[in-house]
Amino acid sequence: MVARVQVPGNAKRGEIIDIRIAIQHKMETGFRFDLFGKPIPKNVVNEVVCRYNGAEIFRAELGSGIAANPYMQFSTIAEASGEIVFDWVDDAGERGTERASITVSA
Amino acid sequence: MPRPHRRRFLVTLAALGLLPRAGVRPAGAAENDLAPIIAKITSGKALQPGRVRIETPLLADNGHSVPVRLTVESPMSAADHVSTISLLSDRNPRPVIATYHLGPRAGRARIATRVRLNGTQRIWAIARMSDGSCWSGHADIVVTESACLDGS
Repeated sequence: MVARVQVPGNAKRGEIIDIRIAIQHKMETGFRFDLFGKPIPKNVVNEVVCRYNGAEIFRAELGSGIAANPYMQFSTIAEASGEIVFDWVDDAGERGTERASITVSA
Repeated sequence: MPRPHRRRFLVTLAALGLLPRAGVRPAGAAENDLAPIIAKITSGKALQPGRVRIETPLLADNGHSVPVRLTVESPMSAADHVSTISLLSDRNPRPVIATYHLGPRAGRARIATRVRLNGTQRIWAIARMSDGSCWSGHADIVVTESACLDGS
């Protein structure tokens, strides 16, 4: 699965930075039918976890009430240079991951 | 030519509350019973109104993707922070839209996302603080085209 993440490349220590992620996913509700009238099974990204240098800073449990191509924006405090990693999984068990690096100056 | 009888009839109807109301439906028209869901989030504690703000457009042309921003007043320190924010819908077939887990490292409690809405309704955000207290905020949104109208 593909996603686009936006993390500032540079930040000052202690600064609150905005993080954005948009995952390419249909977020199938389970309420739709295909051309033959067969129900399309529900398949949504049900969990997104964001870790900053290994420590979890944000976790979202999503449902079918989230729009297709789920987008979310949240924030964190820039503490140290390193990597921000996003992991997500959908109802079909398919996983995705995306990472961004950040340089924090004193 | 004016028709005073018709006008009088309409006035009477309005007085009796029988005319369909334009715009936001009355709050009592919610389809989902959120009380048990809220009780689960708050683990039985009292839900206090305030501290949570939902920013949305007043009118959404299309319920498939409605921008929503949740803000909770909180110092977000290790001792006093928001631990979860739940977003609930009055009318969606699945009332829990999303649950977000935050911590003191968030810096501020603000989340933006895009939701699906099944028609004009009130959405609720319930914030659970690190001390266990729960706060709520809500927003009314007029949705002209429901996300659930897909007729395929």
